[in-house]
Amino acid sequence: MERAAIIGIGMTKIEANKVSDTFADMAWEAVNKALDDAGMTIKDIDNVVTTSNDFWDGRTISCMAVGDAGGVRGKNTSCVEGDGAFGAFYGLARALSGSYDTSLVLAHCKGSESVSSLITNAAFDPIYERKLGMDMITASAMQANLYMHETGVTSEQLAMVSVKNHGNARLNPNAQLPMEITVEDVLNSEMIADPLHKLDCSPVSDGCCAVIIANESKAEKFKKKPVWIKGVSFCADSYFLGDRNLTDARSLREAAQKAYAMAGITDPAAEIDVAELYDAFTYQELMWIEALGLCAAGKAGTSLEKGVFNISGKMPVNPSGGLLSGHPVIAAGLIRIAEVVKQLRGEAGDYQVDNARRGIAQGINGVCGQSHCVWILDKEK
Amino acid sequence: MGKKRVAIVGTGQTLHRSHRPDVNGQELIFEAVQRALEDADLTIRDIDAIVIGNMDHFEGINYVDCWSVDGSGGTMRPIIKLTTGGTTGSTLAIGGYHMVASGMFEKVLVIGWEKNSESDTTGAITTAFDAVWDRLVFAGAISGLAVEAQAYMAKYGATDKDGARVSVRDRKHACNNPHAQLRKEVTVDEVLASPMLSDPIHLLDVCPRTDGACAVIMASEDVAGKITSTPDWIWATANRHKYAYLGDVNWGALDSMAEASSELFGKVGIKEPRKEIDVIELYQPYSFAGIIWIEDMGIVDRGKAPEYIWSGATDMGGELPINPSGGVIACNPIGATGLIRCAEAALQIMGKADKRQVPDVKRAVSTGFGGCMWTDIILHGTEKPEF
Amino acid sequence: MSEKLQDVEPMVYRSRISVPYHWWAGDTASAFFIALRDEQKIVGIRCSECKRVFLPPRKMCPDCYRENSEWVELPPTGTLRSFTVSRRKLAAQHKEPPVIYGLIQVDGADTALLHILDEVKPEEVRIGMKVEARFAEERQGTVWDIAYFRPAS
Repeated sequence: MERAAIIGIGMTKIEANKVSDTFADMAWEAVNKALDDAGMTIKDIDNVVTTSNDFWDGRTISCMAVGDAGGVRGKNTSCVEGDGAFGAFYGLARALSGSYDTSLVLAHCKGSESVSSLITNAAFDPIYERKLGMDMITASAMQANLYMHETGVTSEQLAMVSVKNHGNARLNPNAQLPMEITVEDVLNSEMIADPLHKLDCSPVSDGCCAVIIANESKAEKFKKKPVWIKGVSFCADSYFLGDRNLTDARSLREAAQKAYAMAGITDPAAEIDVAELYDAFTYQELMWIEALGLCAAGKAGTSLEKGVFNISGKMPVNPSGGLLSGHPVIAAGLIRIAEVVKQLRGEAGDYQVDNARRGIAQGINGVCGQSHCVWILDKEK
Repeated sequence: MGKKRVAIVGTGQTLHRSHRPDVNGQELIFEAVQRALEDADLTIRDIDAIVIGNMDHFEGINYVDCWSVDGSGGTMRPIIKLTTGGTTGSTLAIGGYHMVASGMFEKVLVIGWEKNSESDTTGAITTAFDAVWDRLVFAGAISGLAVEAQAYMAKYGATDKDGARVSVRDRKHACNNPHAQLRKEVTVDEVLASPMLSDPIHLLDVCPRTDGACAVIMASEDVAGKITSTPDWIWATANRHKYAYLGDVNWGALDSMAEASSELFGKVGIKEPRKEIDVIELYQPYSFAGIIWIEDMGIVDRGKAPEYIWSGATDMGGELPINPSGGVIACNPIGATGLIRCAEAALQIMGKADKRQVPDVKRAVSTGFGGCMWTDIILHGTEKPEF
Repeated sequence: MSEKLQDVEPMVYRSRISVPYHWWAGDTASAFFIALRDEQKIVGIRCSECKRVFLPPRKMCPDCYRENSEWVELPPTGTLRSFTVSRRKLAAQHKEPPVIYGLIQVDGADTALLHILDEVKPEEVRIGMKVEARFAEERQGTVWDIAYFRPAS
C-alpha cells in the first residue's frame, strides 16, 4: 500500500448529554481542534468524509447537519454511514486514489437525543425478528452468555474489565465515566440482561471526533510527526444471529489477518504495544483480544487477572478508559484511532503507555460485532 | 500499489416498479447483483469489497450494510455503507471509484437500492432538514423544487409549458427502457392538465416513487480489459454538497451543479461540453431541472435551455441526447437512482444500451442530485484516461 | 463557547415526526408465515449446493450466493443455543420483564431461530436444553404465531 498517515486529531469531551451543543457545534469543535493539532487551515483540506447514522440522529441525510462545520462548502465530500473507523477507511482510500492528498474525516453522535433501545432494535430484521423487541444489550447478553459457557470466563473476570477501564478513565480528561470501583461493585450493579450487569455495559453518550489523513506527498509538511497507517482492513460476518457462531469472531480474525499481513506483523502479541478496542461490553474486550491474537487463545481471562492488559502491563488495552467509560456510537471507532495516535506520539499524558511504537485500533458495525474494521498504526514509516 | 485507473465492467438493474411485493429488500438487492455479475461474467467470489447505500428512513432498517449481506453477497467480505440523501447513488459510484483507484481493492461491487413503497416518502424526507430552523416549514421535496422553478421563470420568462416539454422527452425515451417504471408517452397538454402539486409543478412533471435496485462492478486497469472488451473508463468525479439550510440556497440556479461541473470539465480539459459530450444521464427529479441545470452545467447559456430543448437537440437523434433511459421522471428508487444514471451512462459507453443506444458515444456524463440542492457528477469515456 | 452564550438556557425540542412503515415480506417469507399461520408448521429451506437448511428461510444462500428452492418441513422441537433474561422493560417490547430471549436451533435446521422462552423459570434455563414450540391460539402470519418455546416434554 502506498504510504499514508494521520497528521491531525481532535475530539470533544465525551459526555452523557451535551445539551448546549448541536451536531454542528460538536463537529466545529472537533474539526478545529484537529486542524490546530495538525497546524493546518481548512484550505489545506482537499476533501471531507463525514460519518453519521440517520437513526441515531433522527434525521435522514444526517450528513447535512455537519456539512458546514466540516468545511465542505467548496470541496468534494461524502458520507459513510457506520462506525467512524469505516469512515476513516474511506477517507484513506480517497487520499490514495490520486484525487486528493488530504482527507478530513469526522464522526459524531448524540446518544442523548434518542431512546437507544429503539434505535438498536431497528437493526433487527423487520420481517423475522424486530417484533421480538430485542436491542443491542439483550443481543450482546446472549453472546456473552454463550462466550462464558464455552470458555469458562467468569462474571468476576468480566467485572475486572470494567474496573480496569473505568479506572483508566480517571487519567483521561475526555472520558465521561472515570470511576474507582471494585469487582463487587460491578457484580452488585443492576442486572440488565443476564449475564450483563449495568457496569458491564457502556453508557450511551454524546461526542465527536475528527481525524486528518494525508498521503506520503503531504504527510510531513505540517506541524506534527505523522503516525503511519501500516495496515487496515474490514470484514462482515453473517447477519442473522442464528446464522453465526457467536463466540467465533471470524470476521474480526479475517480483518486482523489482512491488516497484519499488510503491516508485516507475524506475532501481534509481541509486536503490538497498545490496543484501543471496541469494549461496548466487558466480555467483548476479552473476545476481541483473543480474536486479534493479542494473547493466546483462551487466555484472555487469566491474562487480565495477571495485569497483562493494564497500562503498565505487557499489552495495554484501552488505556483511555475505552467505551465502557464513554460510548458515543459512530464516533467510537474514530476515537479509538485518535487515542492510538496519541499514544504513538507520546501525547497521552497520565495514561501514556511507555515506548508505544505500534498500536491497533478497532471499530464495529452491527449487532454482536458483526462487522469489524482494524487499523494498525506505527510511529515510524 | 496506489493510484489506479478504474472502469465499470458490468451493470445490472431490477425491473423497477412502483412496488415489488414478491421480494423483501435483501432479495431485491440480490436480483440486481446477480444481473451485474452475469453481465461481467463474474461470481461473487471475484468481488473484493462491496459499497452499498440507500436512504435509511425509507425502509426503516438500521445498519443496512450489516443487514444486507444475504442479498448483497457481503458475508465474510468487506462491506461499507455510504449515504448522502438523493445523491446516494452517485455518491456510491464515486465511492466505488475511489476504493478501486486507491489500489486497495481490485474489483468492487457497488449497490444502490430503495423500496420507497415501504414508507411515507414525504414524512421521511422532511426529517432531512434541521429540526429547529427548517423542518416545521418544509413541505416536502416538491415544494422546494417549485421555489426553484418559480425563481427561474420569473427571471427568464419560461413557462410551465417549457417544463412539460422536458417531461414529454423523458417519458418518450423511457419507452425504450425495459427497466423503467413508467413506459407510456405523455403530451404537453396532458402534463399541463395533470393535477397541480405545487405551482408550477404538475403531477406529470415529477418523478414517481419506485422499488428498485442497481448494481455496478468497477475494476482496476490491471484486470478491466480481461473482464470486458468494452470497459467504461471513469475519467473524473466531482461533487458539491454545499448547503444545509434552505435559506442559504441560491434559488433559480443550481450552484452545486455549476461548481461541480466546472471542476469536472476543468480537470479533464473539456472546454465546450455541448460539443465534447455525447450523452447525459441527468438526475432530474422534475421537469424544470432539465432546463435550469443544463445551463448550470454549461451546456447552453443562461436562459437558453428552453429553446435548445424545444429544438429537439436533447431528444434521441438530436445533437446531445439527455436521459435516453427516461431518467428520474420515469423511475425513481431514490437510493439507486444516482447509480442508475451511472449505469445507464456506462451502458451507452459500452454499446450495450439496446433500443436506447445513442450512436458513436465516446464521452458520457452522469449526475446525482439530492439533499439541500447538492450535485454529484461523473465523466465516463471509451478511452482509458491518461492520468 | 463565547461569553454571550454562557447564560443562555439551552432549549430542547421534542420531535413529532412519525414515519410509518410496512415491509413487503416477499414470497419466501410469506410461505413461511402462511405455513405457521394456517398449518402450525415450521418450514425451512435448503440450499441445493451446500445442503444447509436455513431457518428462518431465505430466498438465497448467503454462502453459495444462489437461489434456494428445496423447502423442508421441520419438527417443532429443537435445542437452545444461547439465551438471555431481559430484566428491564425494553422500549420495543410489550411484555413485562423478565423476558427470556433465546436462539433455538430447530431439529433439522443448520441455523438458529431468534424467539422467546416461557413456561420456565429464568434460573432453570440451560444452554443446550431441549425445547419445543407452542403455537399461538390466534395466528396472524407473524413470528408471534409461535407464542414461545418451552422445555420439551
